[in-house]
Amino acid sequence: MSRYQAPFGPEGPAPIDPDIARKLLTVALEKGGDYADLFFEYSVSGSYSYDDGILKSVGRYVTMGLGVRVMKGDATGYAYVEDLDMGAMRHAARTAAQIAASGSHAPAQLVAAGVPSRYGIAQLSLEVPGETKRDILERADAAARRADSRIVRVTGSISEEVREILIATSTGRFVRDRQPLIRFGIRAIAEDGDKRQSGSSGGGGRMGMEYFDSHSPEEHAQEAVRQALQMLDAREAPAGEMEVVLAPGDSGILLHEAVGHGLEADFNRKKTSNYTDQVGEVVASELCTVVDDATLPFGRGTINVDDEGLEPESATLIENGVLRGYMQDRHSAEVMDTSPTGNGRRESFKSHPMPRMTNTLLLAGQDDPEEILKSVKKGVYARKFGGGQVDISNGDFVFSLTEGYLIEDGKITAPLKGVNLIGNGPDVMRKVVALGNDLEVSDGIWTCGKDGQSVPVGVGCPTIKISAVTVGGTQL
Amino acid sequence: MSMDETLQSLLEIGDEVVAAARAKGATVAEATIRQGSHLSTKIRLGAPELVEEAGSRALGMRVMVGRQVAVTYTSDLSARGRAQLVADAIELAQLSQEDEFAGPPDPSLLSRTEDHVDLDTYDPTMDAFGAEEALERAIAGEKAARDADARITNSEGATFTRASGGSALVTSGGFRGTSVGTYASLVVNPVADDEGGKKRSGYHWTARRHLAELEDAAAVGREAARRTLRKLGAAKIASEEMPVVFDPDAARSIVGLLAGCVNGGAIWRRSSYLLDRLGTAVASDLVTIVDDPLIPRAPGSRPYDGEGLLSRKNVVVEKGELRTYLMDSYAARKLSMESTASASRGASGGVGPSTTNFLLQPGELTPEQVRDVPRGLYVTEMMGFGFNAVTGDFSRGAAGFLIENGELTQPVAEVTISLDLDQMLKRIDAVGNDLDLRTSTASPTFRVSAMTVAGR
Repeated sequence: MSRYQAPFGPEGPAPIDPDIARKLLTVALEKGGDYADLFFEYSVSGSYSYDDGILKSVGRYVTMGLGVRVMKGDATGYAYVEDLDMGAMRHAARTAAQIAASGSHAPAQLVAAGVPSRYGIAQLSLEVPGETKRDILERADAAARRADSRIVRVTGSISEEVREILIATSTGRFVRDRQPLIRFGIRAIAEDGDKRQSGSSGGGGRMGMEYFDSHSPEEHAQEAVRQALQMLDAREAPAGEMEVVLAPGDSGILLHEAVGHGLEADFNRKKTSNYTDQVGEVVASELCTVVDDATLPFGRGTINVDDEGLEPESATLIENGVLRGYMQDRHSAEVMDTSPTGNGRRESFKSHPMPRMTNTLLLAGQDDPEEILKSVKKGVYARKFGGGQVDISNGDFVFSLTEGYLIEDGKITAPLKGVNLIGNGPDVMRKVVALGNDLEVSDGIWTCGKDGQSVPVGVGCPTIKISAVTVGGTQL
Repeated sequence: MSMDETLQSLLEIGDEVVAAARAKGATVAEATIRQGSHLSTKIRLGAPELVEEAGSRALGMRVMVGRQVAVTYTSDLSARGRAQLVADAIELAQLSQEDEFAGPPDPSLLSRTEDHVDLDTYDPTMDAFGAEEALERAIAGEKAARDADARITNSEGATFTRASGGSALVTSGGFRGTSVGTYASLVVNPVADDEGGKKRSGYHWTARRHLAELEDAAAVGREAARRTLRKLGAAKIASEEMPVVFDPDAARSIVGLLAGCVNGGAIWRRSSYLLDRLGTAVASDLVTIVDDPLIPRAPGSRPYDGEGLLSRKNVVVEKGELRTYLMDSYAARKLSMESTASASRGASGGVGPSTTNFLLQPGELTPEQVRDVPRGLYVTEMMGFGFNAVTGDFSRGAAGFLIENGELTQPVAEVTISLDLDQMLKRIDAVGNDLDLRTSTASPTFRVSAMTVAGR
């Protein structure tokens, strides 16, 4: 039995059952709303910060509350409350109800539904003694310091979370989920004379301490050290358009920015995306098949159920270059007269759901990664990224390289200083000229922001060759 | 409940959990309690899209048992939730390791309530501003944008938000303080059709502590339309080294990068390129940067810092010379320096150095004079995260206009600009007089004499 228990859970002090939920939904619809849902959340997270040779601080954070949403036509009324007594919850339902002005509508009978099981819940991190996590951070710290005398500072962290949610809808859904998440990270600073650089590594997913069974803290430490030392020799990057080869895994951030956001249905329903009204059209090189797969076992972006109570699937967004569909939430699907895809996600009970990505992958091609490299006369090999951003309206995107190399005559040569790549989504996707047979899913580190809401996501891709991207270095 | 009564109740919660933690063995206990309410209304194409209204409360705590530290947070303020918060804090502190630099600030530095200045950050009329009025402002803003020009064909909508809140800080060292604030904003986001099926989205916004000071909604809408339309036909340009002028929005984000590099936490972690640079030139002599929490009605103003020290203005860069880092008492002890009263206490209870109103001081020139170069790039937007604080390497996506003989001509998109931050700040050769306090980190227009612009 966990010491942290959702008050609204079946064994909690104030359990919410379908009857109570239906009463609240009745209040939410009493002004004439078309649809209402309740989103209960109880999230407990922890943080362990290892800094300068000690476990410097430990934190634990509990957030709980209820978000009530009422829809009337295109309009949403939203209210939330942290106090889960009946009076406060009714008040929130009444506040959200105000979006509608006439009529009344009774919610359907609620039927409790089950969900699939895609998370690792064998060793929930919150229930494992803190000493175990301290040991892991100590091991990482020691490994990084031991690796090279030029390493002057090491910071490590473990973040853990268990998020319990309960969603009840006026269409009769009543579904619970318990979502674990863990993330480990290490950063090393190397100094050599007056040169200073940092390297980092991390990972995680929807699981507990079993993450460390397959990923040792020492491996991450060595990776961070390798990167920091490698970058000590980095030279100024070239500037201008050139061939770029992206390493498998983290480069999936390219997909996320270049096509992912533009395929979220809200932008397309509003016709503000550059992919608006293009289903059935060629939007990428025929080598490209892009899926959003919420079902990957233990993935950082994986969910059993979305935050609107719907079951997600693996959705094909682009098939052999042809646009097949968008990522839908309930409302966008209704407006666009199609089925929701289970991509309705929200940061917390304080926010309304939006169409969001889960794990976005570019599927493997046929090419040998070695041959792809050999085919480049002069270009850039992109290995690690700091993040990316896109302008949905026209598809212009950037992503920041934190570890990149010059390619000369088919060989990786000098490391390059941090540099930004910039392109236009549809344009770059048409310039994908080779795809490796080496699909990799990134280790679980990515968080996606949209409209101020953050959600954990996964990305993945094989080795990708793009015939021309602008590299933002200083050397003309 | 009046705001005074609310603050009183927050102080009482603070007193209770601090005493409980002390009774359970905490050497130091500090609690921050926040209560706020907000209204957010979004409209699109003239109709309401979202009306969100809520109030929230949260309690964050930092405790030390000897020199072992833990931080806990809860939004469950029930007796059960508070008890768990305290119990967790004590248990977790025993898990963390002895940190010789940990500790509360020197008690002699703590400020007293009577020394706290009223910074006029609270507008008592804010909470009465209802959803209907908020929707009207948003509708008026969007309508003005759509009516401005037939080429505005779509809209991402307009959002009006108001928020108000109070917070209390209680520490076992004897500090008890409260502060209040309000904030209102309107953003309008029109969309225009461009050549080749592309769309151009632009925006403009107004934000103030006091409702009456907000810009007129229709004026915000018209400016949003102007900013969107001027991007039409934006194209990549050929790669070239040239002068780059940053408008206040873009300039603010450069100044924000510097803020991260003068943070005492980054310094003791040896992860800032400004390590060991105190007293040296870090920018051109046209650059003076202050961190000033005492400006009435400014967004980052506060009477005392996150540890209870009296707020003070810090001159961080004076005529190009780095004068100080920004430190809380922990960073100060790590660096054998004095706190600059720059502690910020997050809602979740953690404490670290942070900026308040971090401002590049205005110069003498008009924005037109700053961009008066034969040829250059005028940057209005930047994209991406291409900055390495450890080395100062900077490379980011940019959009804006080509400057030809002082005039903004061809709109430019999909290029990157790069130069390391140290060089960039040293190459600032013109600073405008157009500083605006919509944001807590702000800058007037400035010009960098030469940067690499990468395009075709």
